[in-house]
Formats: sequence, structure tokens, C-alpha cells
Amino acid sequence: MNVKLDQPLGRVAYINAHLIDPASGLDAEGGLLTDGEVIADFGPGLFADSVPEDAKVIDCHGHVLAPGLVDMRVQLSGSDFTSSGRAAVAGGVTSAVCLPGTDPVIDDSSVVEFIARAARKAGLVKVYPYGAITKGMAGLEISEMGLLAEAGAVAFADGIATVRDAQTLRQVLSYAATFGLMVVEHAEDPSLAEGGAMNEGETATRLGLPGIPKLAEVLIVERDLKIAELTGGRLHFAHVSTAESVAAIRQAKEHGMSVTCDTAPPYFSLNEAAVGDYRTFAKLSPPLRSEADRGAIIAAIKDGTIDVIASDHCPQHEDAKRQPFAQAATGGVGMETLLAITLELVHNGHLSLIEALGLITAHPAELLGLEAGRFKKGAAADLVLLNPDQGWKVDADQLNSKAKNTPFDERPVQGRVLRTVIDGRTVFDLKT
Amino acid sequence: MNDGTLNVSVFPHRHLLGIEGLSPVAISLLLERAASFVELNRRHDNKLATLAGRTVMNLFFEDSTRTRTSFELAAKRLSADVINMTVSTSSIKKGETVVDTAMTLNAMHPDVLVVRHADAGAVQLLAEKVNCAVVNAGDGRHEHPTQALLDALTIQRRKGKIQGLQVAICGDIAHSRVARSNIHLLNAMGARVRLIAPKTLIPAGIERLGVEVYHEMEAGLRDCDIVMMLRLQSERMQGNFFPSTREYYRFFGLDYAKLASAKPDALIMHPGPMNRGVEIASDVADDIGRSAIREQVEMGVAVRMACLEVLCAKLDEEAGQ
Repeated sequence: MNVKLDQPLGRVAYINAHLIDPASGLDAEGGLLTDGEVIADFGPGLFADSVPEDAKVIDCHGHVLAPGLVDMRVQLSGSDFTSSGRAAVAGGVTSAVCLPGTDPVIDDSSVVEFIARAARKAGLVKVYPYGAITKGMAGLEISEMGLLAEAGAVAFADGIATVRDAQTLRQVLSYAATFGLMVVEHAEDPSLAEGGAMNEGETATRLGLPGIPKLAEVLIVERDLKIAELTGGRLHFAHVSTAESVAAIRQAKEHGMSVTCDTAPPYFSLNEAAVGDYRTFAKLSPPLRSEADRGAIIAAIKDGTIDVIASDHCPQHEDAKRQPFAQAATGGVGMETLLAITLELVHNGHLSLIEALGLITAHPAELLGLEAGRFKKGAAADLVLLNPDQGWKVDADQLNSKAKNTPFDERPVQGRVLRTVIDGRTVFDLKT
Repeated sequence: MNDGTLNVSVFPHRHLLGIEGLSPVAISLLLERAASFVELNRRHDNKLATLAGRTVMNLFFEDSTRTRTSFELAAKRLSADVINMTVSTSSIKKGETVVDTAMTLNAMHPDVLVVRHADAGAVQLLAEKVNCAVVNAGDGRHEHPTQALLDALTIQRRKGKIQGLQVAICGDIAHSRVARSNIHLLNAMGARVRLIAPKTLIPAGIERLGVEVYHEMEAGLRDCDIVMMLRLQSERMQGNFFPSTREYYRFFGLDYAKLASAKPDALIMHPGPMNRGVEIASDVADDIGRSAIREQVEMGVAVRMACLEVLCAKLDEEAGQ
């Protein structure tokens, strides 16, 4: 849909809403009033007597009104964010944090500004950039972290690469600690993972595919925890996928370390069997693991070891996926299915609705220090209206993103985004 | 030979992509048809008209002389027109994908495509995009079904059965499509399978395929009826799987000393081409009394004739419906 930025917004009253704000614990019937681009008021009693006369009324019909989703790990290809932006808002995502593997790489403060401009031009999701940990994400020289942070980089990541050299990582974490910056690691030992196409084990052996052992992730998690302990650096692990990784992180947290981690929907809703007969849409990085790992990831989400769920959105061109499995590109699009797959944890009885929403709103916002992911008077009106029970079927061809590489194609899911609001403007409406 | 009563209802497949998923009855059908071609192939007037008017394309993305020649001969014995395409790796590098190549060839209306590719799953990917029948002539380290069938035919002729035999598959299991296809076939037909290799060449989770794993030749070969040696796939190896061929031969190369723990009448097999003095001693390989290596090559043609015959009969059946 077209968004008219110059249109005066005025006041909008969201009535008959089921307000859920995980940051404050609010979970009640009520209303929310936006004035221009910000939230003017909200609460259980609001509009109980009357609705302001000048306000446009949106009747929520008892559906859930929550802060817009904050997706802390997406890959954006090229510099046109329109396609990804459409995918984001269709998925209820109002803030997305993009990896620095854009073209050009976000390893210079001018690029941070370039990315912000490109996102503003698309006028959809708000995009916050990660800065590269090392120049060109080459794993050798530390990037200008201080300048990048000043320009707006919210944290640091080397995209889908692991900082290979232990000494480099030690210096990175020490230097980042100087400024209190967070380093986000993709934990995968490059030499153990080299040439691998899927999780090592019976399925890979049966299919004749070279495997990536779980050890590749576990080894780096354990190494990085030791280095973080030594340096006092702020460390976050992206998309953890194995039982042993979450066990190590759980133990570090118990010892009081300020380490955090996220996982992505495929790792708690799919296992390596999804590769089936060489389905390249199920080729992800890290690879889909065993059923036992999937169970351990769910347990770690429940007990708080895993802090955040991020989509790990990774658009790939059809040609890059229509290849023999070992040659095919890794990654799956995920922003449009982030909510529905996360809500499987609710429908399967693992989490309450407010807990699940916290993992995709308040938690990531808090980790990254973003002014987002919560209801706050005077703050940007970034909202999502959703029906957690509405069933639908994921259909790759019907996705809003240009890339269709979802690992969830044809999966029946429950939980639909009805409307997405950014800065007070409706940027997605399921009915239109 | 082909009296027109070939019953292919027990073979409910359009393609032959692997042994995994084939029923014992379907395997038996292929072996019975192949057995019937063996004597014929030894005659000089050995041509049948079964596939007259059919076109078989050999599409090899990986170099192979032996397998391609065997398929070519099999198709010609059945009077099919045969086209050989060796897709130079350069056209793939130019950006043409497996799928593009498949679409191009499909437009020429072949009846059967025989495909070899260096990547596991590539033949299946190709099969999904074409209208003809597809035979997997080897995809990466996944499967090589006609090799397992010709091994089975060789065993059946020498031992009179497969059921109940103790078979040892030795060597580079990790990189071997031959091993995977043989494991599936031998298990389906009731043999017991052992694998013998250094730990670096045993892929994770393989015991779940129904095999016993050994790391020592004498123990692994004890009382075996069949000893299948595999070729070391040096071209598919990245990294250190063993320190030297000299050391490999010392511990895992088949010589008479190691063979002594197998049954006295144990049959020695090898899919070829052999690395003499690496995985097998020359005198063992050339032992006419013990080695079935040359017979395996002969059975290869008969088995491939059977596969082409059955797949084309399926095409007839489809056209008739």
C-alpha cells in the first residue's frame, strides 16, 4: 500500500483493544490514542466513557494491540529496502536491525548514514544498522567502532562470519568494552564447518551431504565465553542452535556474566528432517539440527537462557536456491513468519502470549537500547494489531518480499498481523 | 528374451534415482531381467529390438569412461539411439545451471536421461524438471544404484543367493556413493553388512543405516562371504583423512594376510578403477579364483539393460493409460 507521508495525521483512537505491553506487564482490555507520530495515551480505562471527537476511530474488535515487533537480525540485500520493508510490515515488524553485509559493508560511519537514508526513502520499517566488527568483515582489523556507534550503529557483528582469530576477538571485546558496545557473534568454527551443507549426522550421511558438526558452534560459544570473561566485553550470540551451546550460555549466565543470545524460528520449529529430499529452502546457517537440539532450544527459551527471537531474515534469489544442495545459498526469509512461528510456542503451551511477545518486542529493544518495543507516552507510535488465533497457511508465492525462500512453505500456522502502524501511520492493513 | 510379458507393476517408480526406497521385489525384478541378459551378451548376435525408436542420453557432468561406456553399450544392445553428452565444467562455470541444462535436453525429447553429477541430489533436482525417465549414474557421495545392482547380480551368480551372506565393505565409506547404495541394497535383500575403515572415513550416524562398524581389517573380515573394497576417492577429499597411502595400505589395504580371516571361499569385489597397492594388492585383485572384479564389469552392462528396459516399459505403461 502507498503511504502518504505528507498527510496530516491528527489523532487516532484504537478502541476495543486487548492491550499487551510486555515491558510493563500490561495485559488488559483498553484503548490507545496516538497524536501525530506519537503515543498520546493508553490504558485499560481509556475511552471507557468517550472517544475524543476529533480522533479517527479504529475499532480493534478485541484483537491484540501490542508494540511493533523489533527484529534484531535481518539481512538486507542491495540498497533498495522496499521489498524487505513490505515483508517487515506485513510481519508486524516496525524496527529491524540489519547486518552490516550490505553493499557497501557497514564498516564506515558514512555507510551508517547511507543505510538510514535508504530506509527512510523506502518509508516502511525503521532500519537500525549493526556496524562491522572488523574492516570489510574480514576478521583482521578492528573497525572504527567508536565512530560507527556515534553515527548510529546499535551493536557490532561481522554478518555471517565468525571472528576466527582468538587474539583478534580478545582485542575486539576489550576495545568494545571501552565504549560499552555489544558484540554479536555468529558462532561457527570456520574450519569445522568448511564445505559442510547440513547438520552432521544420519540424515546428512544418508543424503551423501557433507556435514557441519554441532561442535563447530559449541566450540566457538565456549571459546568466546572464556574471552568475554577475561575482557569483560559485552557478548551476544546470534541464532544459537544446539543443546550444548545453550547449556554453556546458561551456565555463564548463572555465573553472573552479562552474556545474551537469540535464536531464530527455524531452530525451535524445524529439525534437520526438513531437508528431506534436498530441499534447499531448508538450507540455513547454522544448519537445522536434530530433534533433541530443537527441544533444548525450546527449553532455553522457556527458562530465559535465550533472550530474544529474531527472524534471521535472509532473502535469496531463486537461482541461488535452485541448485544442487551443496551449491545452493544458505538462509531463509523470515520477517513475515516471525510472529506466527513464535506464537507456536504459545499454542503448544510453552509460553504465555505476553512472554512470547516480549521475546520479539521489549527484549531486543532493551538489549540494543532502542527507543522501541514498548508502549510509552510521547514515544513513537509503532504498533501491531494482531489476532493470535487466526489460522493461515504460509505460501511462498504469496509472500510480500521479492525473495520467496521460506523454510516454512505450506506450513499451517496460527497468528495473523492485521495492521501495522509506524510513527502513527498505518503502513500495513491485511484488508487492503 | 523379452516376450512382452514384462510385469513392471512391482516397480512403481518413474526414475531410478537410488536404491533407498526400492522394495526387495522391485530390486528382484531388475536382477531377474539383468540375469536374463547375461547369456545373450556373450553371443555375437546379441542385439534386441526392445528399445528401437527410444532415445537414451548419457549426460555426464563428471568424467567417467567406464560407466558411460557401459550404459552406452546397454542402450545399443537394446537398439536405442544413444547420445553422449559430457558437459564440460566450463559451460557450468559460464553460469548455466544443472536445471538449465536439463531443460535444454528435455526439449529434445529423450526417453531416458542417464546422469552423473559431482553433487549429491543433483540428479534428483534434474529429474524434477524433465518429462523423461532419469537414471542416476552417480551423484556425489549419495548413490550409484546401478553399481549396487551389478554387485548384487555378481554375488547372486557366484553365491546363488544374497540372503544371509556376511558382507564387508572396506575403505573410503565417507566419500563413497557405491557404499551407500550397496548398504541399502544388501540390507533390503537380507544380507548382513559390516563396514571397515579408519574412523576418519566413517561418516557420522552410518550405523543407523543398519551396519556394524569395524576399524580393524582382521576382525571386520572374520568369516565374511564377500569382501567389497572401495576406491580411495582422493579427488573428493579435503583435509587429512589418513597420513599416507603407504600407511593406509599397511592397515587397510587388502592382501592375502588380511584376507585369511575371511571365509576360504570369500569373494573379492571392487567397483573400479583400482588403486593397486593402495586399497588392494595386485595379486589379490588378479586372483581369478577369488576376485570377481572383471565379472562385475560384465554384469554392469546386463544390469543397465535391465534398468533401461524397465524404465521404458514404465513409459509405455504411462502412455497406454
